[in-house]
Amino acid sequence: MADTDQDIASNIAAVRKLLWLVAGVAALLGAILFLGLEKNGVEKQAPATAALPFGGTFELTRSDGSVLTDKSLAGRPYAIFFGFTRCPDVCPTTLARLALLRKKLGADGDKFDIVFVSVDPERDRPQDIGAYAEMFGTPIIAATGTDAQLAQIRKGFGVYMKKVPLDPAQPDGDYTIDHTAGIFLMDAKGRLSSIIDHHEAEETALDKLRMLVG
Amino acid sequence: MKSNSAFALAGLGLAMLATPILAQNVSAGPISASKAWTRQTAPNQSVGGGFLTIRNAGKTDDRLLTASTPLAAEVQIHSMSMDKGIMKMRQIKEGITIPAGKSVELKPGGLHIMFIDLKKPFKLGDKIPVTLKFQRAGAVKVNFDVQSISSTSAMEGHHGGH
Ligand SMILES: [Cu+2]
Repeated sequence: MADTDQDIASNIAAVRKLLWLVAGVAALLGAILFLGLEKNGVEKQAPATAALPFGGTFELTRSDGSVLTDKSLAGRPYAIFFGFTRCPDVCPTTLARLALLRKKLGADGDKFDIVFVSVDPERDRPQDIGAYAEMFGTPIIAATGTDAQLAQIRKGFGVYMKKVPLDPAQPDGDYTIDHTAGIFLMDAKGRLSSIIDHHEAEETALDKLRMLVG
Repeated sequence: MKSNSAFALAGLGLAMLATPILAQNVSAGPISASKAWTRQTAPNQSVGGGFLTIRNAGKTDDRLLTASTPLAAEVQIHSMSMDKGIMKMRQIKEGITIPAGKSVELKPGGLHIMFIDLKKPFKLGDKIPVTLKFQRAGAVKVNFDVQSISSTSAMEGHHGGH
């Protein structure tokens, strides 16, 4: 096969035409997708400040090994909290608080799920966080994930997290994790209802939960 | 608020001397420890936080330097703070000053003793023997009551053993 210069030139022209066509189709598809998303966004009435829906999509592993996603949680409101089991204070206090608030809500207390996400997969295996969550005497969905999965959900919820060595002189030694301590309340459609702050009065927290399940 | 409760506790301390004290109260010289408690832990949970009130009835400041227990590989003194909704825990290597005539409360949301790498889980109702070392008072042995994981304060008036 001895291609002449002319053959090569016409081949290049054909390829160019094809590329333009592909680019055109891609642009059209992009526009359709964009409009579709835009429409969804409006229907979901996402908070005015957020371009992407709060929470976003996520996938984690539950303590029993099953998969937990934003979709599997949909249909029921939930209260989600991020922590780790080597946290001696805020994490047990928060989970105990949620258990108590649920009790105080009476029948309404069963109308939402409690989700605990460990942001420390290096030390918290799924089965460990299950045993930990069980101690609070109320059903708690405990989950964790890979670093990438956790980065994804933290981005969705705007959760800050930073590993910090306990002893600054030993940067590779034992670490703690600075992390956001608020409880995010998500409604049955996966939209942010409100946030319970760590220092919030019990009555306010109860009102927010009533609003969530109401 | 912190100094208020310290004053209230100092006042309470005097009243409590005359009455049987429900929570364990141990002392070495002017230093006394009370309301020492920790939370039960899950099977593979490797740490626990310990809380107590330390009173210095003396005329000289003292300092809690270290703590130890045979039930954990290491015990550290930690601070916990909330900074714009973010929880931060730090080791306090220099220890905690117990001012003369004052009480210092180690409680959820603030200072705590951190038990690291537990030899076995802390079970409800157990007592965790801890030795606190003070700069002046020396060693003070305190038993920490293991309370429910849902506790947020010492269960006073609740005797152990059940
Ligand atoms: Cu700590």
